[in-house]
Amino acid sequence: MNEMRGIETEEMIINMGPQHPSTHGVLKLVIKTDGEVVSEITPVIGFLHRGLEKIAERLKYQQFMPYTDRLDYLASMNCNFAYAATVEKLAGIQVPERAEYIRVIMAELNRIASHLVFLGTSGLEAGAWTPLLYGFREREKILDLFEMTCGQRLTYNYYRFGGVAQDLPAGFIEKAKEFCDYFEPKLKEYNDLLSYNRIFINRMAHIGVLTPETAIAYGVTGPNLRAGGVKWDIRKNEPYSVYQKFDFDIPVGRGEVGETGDAWDRYMVRIREMGQSLKIVRQALEMIPAGEYCAKVPRMFKPPAGEVYCRFENPRGDLGFYLVSDGSQNPYRLKIRAPSFSNLSVISVLGAGTMISDLIMIVGSLDIILPEIDR
Amino acid sequence: MTSQEIFEQLKRKFGDKILTCEEPAGPVPPCGSGAGNSPALAGLKIEPAALPEVMSFLKDSPEFYFDSLMCLSGVDYPGLPAGEAGHLTVVYHLFSTSHNHKIVLKTTVSKGAHFIPTVSHIWPAADWFEREAYDLLGIKFEGHPNLTRILMPDDWAGHPLRKDYQYPKEYHGVPHS
Repeated sequence: MNEMRGIETEEMIINMGPQHPSTHGVLKLVIKTDGEVVSEITPVIGFLHRGLEKIAERLKYQQFMPYTDRLDYLASMNCNFAYAATVEKLAGIQVPERAEYIRVIMAELNRIASHLVFLGTSGLEAGAWTPLLYGFREREKILDLFEMTCGQRLTYNYYRFGGVAQDLPAGFIEKAKEFCDYFEPKLKEYNDLLSYNRIFINRMAHIGVLTPETAIAYGVTGPNLRAGGVKWDIRKNEPYSVYQKFDFDIPVGRGEVGETGDAWDRYMVRIREMGQSLKIVRQALEMIPAGEYCAKVPRMFKPPAGEVYCRFENPRGDLGFYLVSDGSQNPYRLKIRAPSFSNLSVISVLGAGTMISDLIMIVGSLDIILPEIDR
Repeated sequence: MTSQEIFEQLKRKFGDKILTCEEPAGPVPPCGSGAGNSPALAGLKIEPAALPEVMSFLKDSPEFYFDSLMCLSGVDYPGLPAGEAGHLTVVYHLFSTSHNHKIVLKTTVSKGAHFIPTVSHIWPAADWFEREAYDLLGIKFEGHPNLTRILMPDDWAGHPLRKDYQYPKEYHGVPHS
């Protein structure tokens, strides 16, 4: 021990990213480490900044729809949904009931698809390859349904002001029901394979505990907030579209294997949410009425001057649009409040004092997506 | 509590620092997919200098308890009122998780002296939102711990979301098409 005293130690600064498999995009975390322990994290973002808010001001309202696909590309339907509903609210456009059901079916299927990617990458981060293959296997089936509906597998551009681009294709309802029957037992399979796997639990429990107070203060929303035990879901608390017609629960973290709000809770809330989304899809498929799939809205229209802020429950949290209209054909200002933006900002609190390897799990468990952070 | 009630209470407490309560702009009928989101909100205009005091009060007093800053946006209104250099407006969307009420606050500064007190010590969420508003609109937040660019490169010139923004001819040898 005595000869160790003379050895000088100092903190080291490491750049994690911009190219790093665990960052899910192009994100740089500048971390100050003391050996294996992280003492300070400074996220550097903006590598994928495309100036979407500026682009919106130069385009007509409908022309911006495809750009919302590129916000959160794993949940394009949900982003389309949020943008369409915001503009409809500003312009006072009525949506036919059938269209609302189609919208909800697509949004919930997309939520499942998005969480399946999360399932796969969570396993990957812990060094388990198999869950990725399982997750993508089921996701393919959802993408098939989307392709059948709108011809696209990633960026759908399916929603229109007043409804959706086209009606459900023949045979969609049957195929979707088939998928529901196929998918339900798979949730148990994920739990057997990964969720209750002892190694995975040891890896995920007790790390990155996010308390409700910190989460709310930092604007963290969605499953990350609910994992802390907060029963808050826009679909339930401020229901939009036809969500009030469906019976579903809001899964929250309970700290079953560790502490409430730890990485495992964030993981498990999402797995359980898939089951609830499935429940909504099943009900919607049964209840969907006949009728128009889109209201008659002119392609070029001028909403009245005014402003509106709407938020929607996306797979990653509250997606908000603050839209200001000056009465012309273009938005005057469109501020996009992306859920991952605020969800990532808490990482400097959450990750301080953890091990480097745990930091990767914590970033993964927040389920951020960079294109919507950088916009 | 409705925006009007909150406005009246604030007006009693802070007097002239709370300027006006705007009517919800535009005729927004309760329809469309966004119907469930509460009706359009009135915006309370407040003086920039009064921000820290009013915001702390809104967050901490038990009858309001606005613990969540949903969104902070900057908007450029050039030449309003006409003939002047123009104004930058910062819009705060607040929400209370326990009382389930919302409010919109706005504050405006002229472009000449665009200093707005920070609220990042009240809501940590404002830290990155304010950096974004600084980056894209050039709004300077006084007292912010680290007011640097967040989305654009550090050496970028200008603030792209300004209405009078001039597109650069090139950036490090990459021409603008």
